[in-house]
Amino acid sequence: MDPIAPQPLMSILAKHPRQDTELLQILREVQAEYRSVSRSMMSVIARHLEIPFARVLSVVEFYSFLSQEPLGQYDLRLSDSITDHHLGSLDLAQKLSERLRVNFGKTREDGRVSLSYTSCTGLCDQGPAGLINGKPLTRLDKVRIEALADCIEAGTPLDQWPASWFEVEDRVYRRDLLLEGDLLPGTALQHLIHQDRKDILQEIERSGLRGRGGAGFKTASKWQYCYEGPEGSIPGDASIPRYVVCNADEGEPGTFKDRVILSQKAHEVFEGMTVCARVIGAREGFLYLRGEYAFLRGTLEGILTARRNAGLLGKSILGLDNFDFDIRIHLGAGAYICGEESALIESLEGKRGHPRNRPPYPVTSGYLGHPTVVNNVETFQAAARITAYGGDWFASVGTRESRGTKILSVSGDCAQPGIYEIPWGTSVRDVVALAGASDVLGVQVGGPSGAFIGAQELDRRIAFEDLATGGSLMIFDSRRDVLEIARNFTRFFAHESCGFCTPCRVGTSLLRNQFQKICEGHGTAKDLVELTEIARLVQGNSHCGLGQTAANPILSTLERFPDLYQERLKALHFEPGFDLDGSLAIARAMTGRDDARAHLHQED
Amino acid sequence: MSLNRIRIDGREISYEPGQTLIEAAQAAGIYIPHLCHHPEFTAHGSCKLCTVKVNGRTCSACTMPAMEGQEVLSDTDELNATRRRITQMLFVEGNHFCPGCEKSGDCQLQAVGYFLGMEDTHFPHFFPSRRVDASHPDLMLDLDRCILCELCVRASRESDGKSVFEVAGRGLESRLVVNSASGLLVDTPMTVQDRAAQVCPVGAILVKRTAFRHSIGDRHYDEVNIAEQSLKAPIPESPHG
Repeated sequence: MDPIAPQPLMSILAKHPRQDTELLQILREVQAEYRSVSRSMMSVIARHLEIPFARVLSVVEFYSFLSQEPLGQYDLRLSDSITDHHLGSLDLAQKLSERLRVNFGKTREDGRVSLSYTSCTGLCDQGPAGLINGKPLTRLDKVRIEALADCIEAGTPLDQWPASWFEVEDRVYRRDLLLEGDLLPGTALQHLIHQDRKDILQEIERSGLRGRGGAGFKTASKWQYCYEGPEGSIPGDASIPRYVVCNADEGEPGTFKDRVILSQKAHEVFEGMTVCARVIGAREGFLYLRGEYAFLRGTLEGILTARRNAGLLGKSILGLDNFDFDIRIHLGAGAYICGEESALIESLEGKRGHPRNRPPYPVTSGYLGHPTVVNNVETFQAAARITAYGGDWFASVGTRESRGTKILSVSGDCAQPGIYEIPWGTSVRDVVALAGASDVLGVQVGGPSGAFIGAQELDRRIAFEDLATGGSLMIFDSRRDVLEIARNFTRFFAHESCGFCTPCRVGTSLLRNQFQKICEGHGTAKDLVELTEIARLVQGNSHCGLGQTAANPILSTLERFPDLYQERLKALHFEPGFDLDGSLAIARAMTGRDDARAHLHQED
Repeated sequence: MSLNRIRIDGREISYEPGQTLIEAAQAAGIYIPHLCHHPEFTAHGSCKLCTVKVNGRTCSACTMPAMEGQEVLSDTDELNATRRRITQMLFVEGNHFCPGCEKSGDCQLQAVGYFLGMEDTHFPHFFPSRRVDASHPDLMLDLDRCILCELCVRASRESDGKSVFEVAGRGLESRLVVNSASGLLVDTPMTVQDRAAQVCPVGAILVKRTAFRHSIGDRHYDEVNIAEQSLKAPIPESPHG
């Protein structure tokens, strides 16, 4: 048995309802308290929640922020996002590793510090960034790294570190329909007093609002289907619980607009959720906040309390009969897949984030099997404003298929990385110019799961009709290596694949390895054909959007920059099937060596 | 127009409302390759071997409900080639050495490989480092051969009411785990009579002291191919080997 101090564990358990849906939330707190979740703690938790031990283990092993091995007193995770790399994070990482005498992916023997990479932390406009014990670190540089290492060696508690190191700025460079001004709390809800659910829904319908997470499903239809409920049930039947879920698991690398919306317009987001609750007949709602944004939680809880005190949340909202609705915040724990709505629901239920089979869809069978609306942060905020200002106000902006505005997270090689709210239909060229970028090589629209477009395509428009996007826009100038970018993204998908279906679980790793072989100059023409074939397999046969888009970085760059791929190929009459140096990787890992003599050179 | 009818590869068949495509096909004597599907247990949809095209869209036949007017393509060169590749992915993901495996000849992964005309493993092998758990007096757990179909997970939960198994980890690190703090099968309530002990399609869960009762050449898929076998009875469940 591990020497665990049971008291903190017991008080963590006592804080939560004794329901298995609380599992992930409990595990997060246990991890923070003990720096690990040991098997003996898992046994205690399993008994307490009356669930199998293996269920607890399966959750612990799924989420990146949970660990069975004790992590360091300081758990430092650097963002692995490509824009952070371009800002020099790899050099900083090496310095940190040397300075702290610990390799990446390891905990130092004295237990002082752990060093690792983590997927994009949503701070790309102020990188290189990272997390230390879950708190965001921004604008890292050589000086700060040195000072930070000193603090770690000295054992200085985090609350005594300079506050500026943790400062997260909201850099908004263009405001439009959603970000201009503030909606006074309750403004949208006032409309619920005189309008019934049909009127409200009609305004949402009129606005043409489509889901802002990327897929673009019509919001009014989603809410209506949820109200109607499962086939054969009476629409709006009050005996069937319904749920409103706000997807704030903003994990697409290069996206950070939800972070800014939640920092600046949280009232409106909660108001939009409350409008939705009224329309569909829900009494409970969740904000699923990605683990990387845990630092926002305190402020958000404060806003929820303020809303309860103002009668905008809780029992008999605005004094209306039959209008009880409250919102709880649920934290993620480092898993990109949980941004997929059905995986998110699984995670809300305290499980691994495996996407479900469809049909049934969440609108009829979501949280705990009940009708559930899952919408993006931006969608709910827009819904609040549409309810307040009317559907026409919103629909007058944008294009025919894409009404209103889109909030973009712009990062990469530009003078002003940050938030740009633009009317749908704006060209990429205009956005790039606004952000002050020049010498553009290409733009990754929609994050790794989106598309890489070249400089000659900058007149394409950001709209569902052309380039649909959840909001990530990464700009790359001519200094950058296209293949290195695609390689970073391909590695990301292999790392984040949930492992449920064969094509994605195995295929994303095959893709990563095959692409690496080519990038490192070991590939032949045949390898390129094979790479394309694997890409098509993963794209065409995976269970959910993660796998279906995991090959996009390769396919979209291969289509536009075939020469760059060709240049990396070896002109050989045979296929080198065996990578001599690569095969020593395990031996290097086992001996902790990576010096020159631990590598073998292969003759061509 | 007649009701409750769909077409699979041009052949019109009827279905019962509530049936999935694979169930409707099976009832009509049409085999759709599969590994994680079993009629007794909740549909899973993870192996993707039963991938078909329905009105042009790719979906899993084991989870897709049969619906009026569906035009299903299953036995096409393109889909079979995809299935072959997916089978090869399962082979390279684990450590499957048929000549040394006592399940050889009774193994569904091997049988489906033969059925699909698989002649090599095509992809580079991952050669993962996995465990063998021989702690249980009557059962062997050889995770080298696990294909993560979760049939044992479902059987133990749904039939045996024990929840002995679960899949943990993520991505390629996903692994079958057992429900005991020690991590050993002997410390679970599993017995050789459990449904979970019988449903493994590969040689990951084996009953001890039953190997080689039938000599190689005299086993299930030596007699009939997996398509014929599947249409006779969903899965051969006599003691292996």
